[in-house]
Amino acid sequence: MAKIIVDGVEYEVDSDNNLLQECLSHGLDLPYFCWHPCMGSVGACRQCAVKQYKDADDEKGMLVMSCMTPATDGAIISIKDQQAVQMRERVIESLMTNHPHDCPVCEEGGECHLQDMTLMSGHNYRRYDKKKRTHRNQYLGPFISHEMNRCIACYRCVRYYDDYAGGTDLAAMASHNHVYFGRHQEGTLESEFSGNLVEVCPTGVFTDKVFSQRYSRKWDLQAAPSVCTGCAVGCNTTPGERYGELRRVVNRYNSEVNGYFLCDRGRFGFGYVNSAERLKVPVRQGDGQQEELDANEAHQLVQRLDGKIIGIGSPRASNESNFALRNLVGDDNFYAGVSAKQHAANQLILELHRDAAFHVPSVREIESCDAVLVLGEDVTNVAPRIALALRQSVRNKAKELAESANIPQWQDAAVRELAQEDRSPLAIFSNYASRLDDVASDTVVAGNQKLVKLGSAIAAELAGESASAGLDEAERELIGRVAQQLSSARRPLIVAGSSARSMELIKVGANIARALGKRSGNVIDFALLLPEVNSLGLSLLVQKDKDLSAALGVMESGAAKHCIVLENDLYRRAATSEVDAAIAGVDSLIVIDQLATPTSAKADIVLPATAFSEHEATYVNYEGRAQLSYQVHRNHSAARPAWRWLCENPAQQVEELVDRCAESVSAFKGIASLLPDLNSMIAGMRVPRQSHRYSGRTAMKAHVNVHEPKQAVDSDSVMSFSMEGIPASKDATVLGASWAPGWNSNQSISKFQDEINGKLKQEHCGELLLKDKQASGDFFNVTADQSDANNGLEVLPAYQIFGSDELSAHAPAIRERMTDAYLSLSPQDAEQLGLKHGQGAGIAGTDYVAIVCIREKIQPGTVAVYCGTEINPHDLPERIVLNANADIAERGIRGLIVSDLLEESY
Amino acid sequence: MFKLIQDTLISQVVTLWNVFRHLFVKADTVEYPDQQPYMFPRWRGRIILSRDPDGEERCVACNLCAVACPVDCIALQKAETDDGRWYPEFFRINFSRCIMCGFCEEACPTHAIQLTPDFEMAEYKRQDMVWEKEDLLISGTGKYHDYNFYRVAGLAIAGKDKGEALNEDKPVDVRSLLP
Repeated sequence: MAKIIVDGVEYEVDSDNNLLQECLSHGLDLPYFCWHPCMGSVGACRQCAVKQYKDADDEKGMLVMSCMTPATDGAIISIKDQQAVQMRERVIESLMTNHPHDCPVCEEGGECHLQDMTLMSGHNYRRYDKKKRTHRNQYLGPFISHEMNRCIACYRCVRYYDDYAGGTDLAAMASHNHVYFGRHQEGTLESEFSGNLVEVCPTGVFTDKVFSQRYSRKWDLQAAPSVCTGCAVGCNTTPGERYGELRRVVNRYNSEVNGYFLCDRGRFGFGYVNSAERLKVPVRQGDGQQEELDANEAHQLVQRLDGKIIGIGSPRASNESNFALRNLVGDDNFYAGVSAKQHAANQLILELHRDAAFHVPSVREIESCDAVLVLGEDVTNVAPRIALALRQSVRNKAKELAESANIPQWQDAAVRELAQEDRSPLAIFSNYASRLDDVASDTVVAGNQKLVKLGSAIAAELAGESASAGLDEAERELIGRVAQQLSSARRPLIVAGSSARSMELIKVGANIARALGKRSGNVIDFALLLPEVNSLGLSLLVQKDKDLSAALGVMESGAAKHCIVLENDLYRRAATSEVDAAIAGVDSLIVIDQLATPTSAKADIVLPATAFSEHEATYVNYEGRAQLSYQVHRNHSAARPAWRWLCENPAQQVEELVDRCAESVSAFKGIASLLPDLNSMIAGMRVPRQSHRYSGRTAMKAHVNVHEPKQAVDSDSVMSFSMEGIPASKDATVLGASWAPGWNSNQSISKFQDEINGKLKQEHCGELLLKDKQASGDFFNVTADQSDANNGLEVLPAYQIFGSDELSAHAPAIRERMTDAYLSLSPQDAEQLGLKHGQGAGIAGTDYVAIVCIREKIQPGTVAVYCGTEINPHDLPERIVLNANADIAERGIRGLIVSDLLEESY
Repeated sequence: MFKLIQDTLISQVVTLWNVFRHLFVKADTVEYPDQQPYMFPRWRGRIILSRDPDGEERCVACNLCAVACPVDCIALQKAETDDGRWYPEFFRINFSRCIMCGFCEEACPTHAIQLTPDFEMAEYKRQDMVWEKEDLLISGTGKYHDYNFYRVAGLAIAGKDKGEALNEDKPVDVRSLLP
């Protein structure tokens, strides 16, 4: 531990860091712009100047940029020194010479880092009376607004977008004070992580367009800590509500999961919560008639069902809802609401989770892996935040080089300059070209059979067996290279999962990881990706053989009288004909959901459920991390959390349910620790959801009745629906939107961290449910399916970040980025079938029509099918025959962003 | 004993004398409502929303009045016209809560919200004390005649393109390399 002296006070610091980071870690206020905890220093803005003294006798000192100065042992600096203070004030004065008089009409106002830093530096009067330079703005798509006049040229946006997130379409242009941050021409920002620009930009150049449409100041948003339900990564978010509407979602720091960044699905996919199509009242329907039910009556109806009831759970419903359904129908009658194939994959993944040879790494851990093999996963579209982490993992080579060259890691520009194109190995074996290919060391695009064969060869190679049978020379070389990279890595990582719909691929991944483990004697990082937010939680609650096919079989046979479907659209999970037959087989179908689905259309009773921000619940992410998502706002319709419909007590509290779940399901043993106890909060006071500046309290409902209603009481959690209580600044156990005196922007998070980039004070990163390992298993015997059927093309599932998730696909902003169903074909196949890019193609044997998309890197003989919202993937056979079909009016794939489109001109 | 007389008796006599004396002093009160008192222009009375010199709504829905309000009696929602001008979709003041402190006026960056010398706001029904934008918006500029926020701000709106605000240069040609 090194020691430095700041303004006469001694601090213990880590000498690997720079002065700015250490000052902030110790809670000192020091203004900065271009430095970012995740992106290191470049010294561009000159805002963090401090005085450094040579020794105790040095009275003069010299000004240094604290972000560019290492925190060496014995350093003596002064933040308060008059010269340093003046320098910082002058710097910000010059930054502000061109800043427009926009704050009242700027979405950043009130959470603006520039506002905070201006105030902190003491600049308050614009002495410069010359003209302000102005810029024209660009249209950057449905997510991000652009207002270049406000730019202070800190370069954070391009450093994030290009260097960190690997975007290619945002750049710094022009020169001197004309410098412009934008695209080469107007158009949608292509990166799947563009939304983070809103949080990275210290001022209002990039702002949230979706939020702006229904805007509120940060202080007016009722917020609570939440968990994103867009995919299985379980990023932490802070949704904000105003006037009964969910207004936006921003990142919430979790040192183990998402850190500072979210993907665009998570940030902009919340719109369905406000949808006019939300189910609002319990309904009894049939024969084209609809009858509204009283909520209590409907609850009683569910509780008093007679005869055999089966329950179909859901991977997008919380643990509590699934557990409540399981309790209602009984363990034996509770089925996973996922296809047989998916369920089998989930169970296999669970088994691998528990295997002592493997460790499923967190996102933070993925970033530190230095050789990665992705097997069959389209990570960017299935688990986007992990793709961003993989992009960081390839930088470990640069970090290594910097270390050997004695360059500190925070010297961002120097480290990048040193490494150039040198990256840690990332081999991607996938069904179609992925969005990570630009940083991949090797890519293989092929059908599942081929991938299984290559993967098995790698496993064999690592196990020291000969594996060259049936491989050509290039493939042998590739196998050897990948095996060598993995075995020589300090921390290798295998990424596999269920999205390629191939059990064999997961097994192959396990074999490779196991072979690696046997070779090195280490526990190997093995990231197993799942499709939905609570896929793993559901799998933990369901018996092994209770998949959807089994449920549909029971229903069709007439053995079950009633069926309760929890937050699930069966027509996305099984073939249409099977679901139809099953529904016809039961007396009554009860569907609990947020939005109307094809399944709810066939239900006898439809019960409205609250959305993720409207109830408190826990979810289990891909690594078995159970996380608690608090209720943000209330739903004023008759919608209830699904578990309230399902539990006998209509006022069932979530805490009690979580406790019961922890007691009765062994895997959920640790989950109760997620719930903070009111008695352990300061003075037993609740944590307010509203900020201390929350405005309009006595006017927002005055038009309805001037006599103000009593503040709603939240019996479920330690949070209050008001400003009353102890805000998180005293105790960050429950930290929604961060705020600290003088720090209104999201940069205030540093005030809550133990150290920069470290854990939050009192942070609960979630509870790892699967940490109890069982004995390590054996190699799987993988046989590549050798069906030599020549008719048709092998169907490979394709995914889109915008559209593949059921609920976010209802968000208006996401809809603007969605493409319609398409069929990715190789040029050879397309030519043979006489299909052209953009043309419609019918899938033989079905009524489905999709757009042909010719991609250079698709393996001939395979077709990657993106089903969108139009096609039920379970209706498709394993191999399909295509024929030209022009009936695709009003459909398009214009929003599709892939690297290997053959005809760009479409 | 003497002190008691001094404290009570004398004081009462003096008081009586003062009361009597005031019979001949000019009255400070006026015969309200028949006679209207003079109200100073900066009196903090009924709140209005004003318009800019071009006749457009001045309020840009920045929410600063609402957050400055110590009794939280202002609620509003931002909306945006097609040309990019911000305005309040609704703007509500609950005058039954308002304490006429004038903080909203001080906070307002566009001189939109102003307090006026009108104090006659009594209502028979409390519900009538809740005023909406239609009730608050006047057709003039109020106390500040010349200020037009959008002429100063960098935001482009219809009739004022980028670089046309006060003290602004023409927009930069990004493709030019000239200094």
